[in-house]
Amino acid sequence: MSGEHSSKQYDLDLESIRSKVLLMGGTVENQLQEALQAFAEGDTELAQRVIGTDASVNRLEVVLDDACSHLIVKRQPTANDLRTVMATVKVITDLERIGDEATKIARAALTVAQRGSGAISHSDIVRTIASNASDMLHDALDAFARLDQEQAQRIIGRDDVIDHEFGSIMRTLITFMMEDPRTISVALDTLWVAKALERVGDHATNIAEYVVYIVGGTDIRHGGAGAALSAGDTP
Amino acid sequence: MMTSPIDTAPKAQATPTIRISGLNFFYGGFQGLKNINLDIHDKQVTAFIGPSGCGKSTLLRTLNRMYDLYPGQRAEGSIVYGGRNILEPGQDVNMLRAKVGMVFQKPTPFPMSVYDNIAFGVRLYENLPKGEMDERVEWALRKGALWDEVKDKLGKSGLSLSGGQQQRLCIARGIAVKPEVLLLDEPTSALDPISTAKIEELISELKGDYTIAIVTHNMQQAARCSDYTAYMYLGELVEFGGTDRIFMNPAKKETQDYITGRFG
Repeated sequence: MSGEHSSKQYDLDLESIRSKVLLMGGTVENQLQEALQAFAEGDTELAQRVIGTDASVNRLEVVLDDACSHLIVKRQPTANDLRTVMATVKVITDLERIGDEATKIARAALTVAQRGSGAISHSDIVRTIASNASDMLHDALDAFARLDQEQAQRIIGRDDVIDHEFGSIMRTLITFMMEDPRTISVALDTLWVAKALERVGDHATNIAEYVVYIVGGTDIRHGGAGAALSAGDTP
Repeated sequence: MMTSPIDTAPKAQATPTIRISGLNFFYGGFQGLKNINLDIHDKQVTAFIGPSGCGKSTLLRTLNRMYDLYPGQRAEGSIVYGGRNILEPGQDVNMLRAKVGMVFQKPTPFPMSVYDNIAFGVRLYENLPKGEMDERVEWALRKGALWDEVKDKLGKSGLSLSGGQQQRLCIARGIAVKPEVLLLDEPTSALDPISTAKIEELISELKGDYTIAIVTHNMQQAARCSDYTAYMYLGELVEFGGTDRIFMNPAKKETQDYITGRFG
């Protein structure tokens, strides 16, 4: 970031928003880890705690959106400050959705724990996609915290791997379900978990794209459709 | 008439209305402008921003040779308007000032009627019969978004109008002599928010017919009203470009620091 604002309070307001976003990021990262652990180990108490955390994540979303609105009305931010606030508002949404995905994983964990997983080693099936998605999220949040554009750029390509993984998992589970209808319940729960992790990959990609936007001023979402906009200027 | 949010760069043309090259300006021994190079584009609004003392008003006043009125002030370099360098001797400065009109921060209506305020400048250049003068006065006041408010009191003194109305009167007065360029030096700094909004709307309408250069301390005004923005500091032009880009993603850190309030 450039130096300090002439108004100290402006800097304090920005810092307060930033630290809350990092808190929210840490919370959902944790939620995801614990949900996956609950799914693997059949830990219903852990699953319930994850579900309970969602309320605090949702509250943070509301508080942060409000803080960003106040900053806009008071300071009319421009340039990098404006890009930061706009990106923050969007990152908050992605974080809240990641929290929702973690909650879905936790609910699946509860269902599987109650019914038993039968023939399917449900947690093995999602082990790789879980690890890829978790790492991607961690790296995206790290890039956001440090506003590291290069790291963010490197993250974006990794979503293809996760999407590919999801495709394989779906085919594997369909095979199980066709061979033995008794596995359908667990297979579907496992599929929802895999889908949730695929979505986490998408959200992590979004966060990385916002880092590029904040630092470089270029909107690279949706294949860089916005890149031409930010480059526009007099000939 | 709003530009679509997708248009980031206003259309530029080959020959700008005013081309400033290598402009240096001196107040006696003090150099107020240093090697300014920029183009003012036709029928676009160019805003000049920068901290106090950066030279933006000085620059504006070179564009219609206003500094001529003060001994000890001189300009060197080239300002090409209408095919010639207006800094050269032999330039008809009165004609220049009709074509390149100016409005100041503090409204400056003449101590005469509303009608005469408008007619005064026209009478210097044109010999219009009463009927045509009436039409010109009405036309100018309509262009200045003031007609409806003064049409029943054209005989009243210009000084009896409110601040915002006086400023619109000054704009109408400038328009009455059919300029090509309007120079606005902090036109709304002395006005309340509603008057300011009316004048900003007026600027947006006028740009269809006139090239406009505006100096402003209000960055949001520059962002709202202008197509191009020039950031100046200590007599130099630091950055110039399409307004959207300057305010969303300026190229220079100094520009970004100024517009985000990280100044000093």
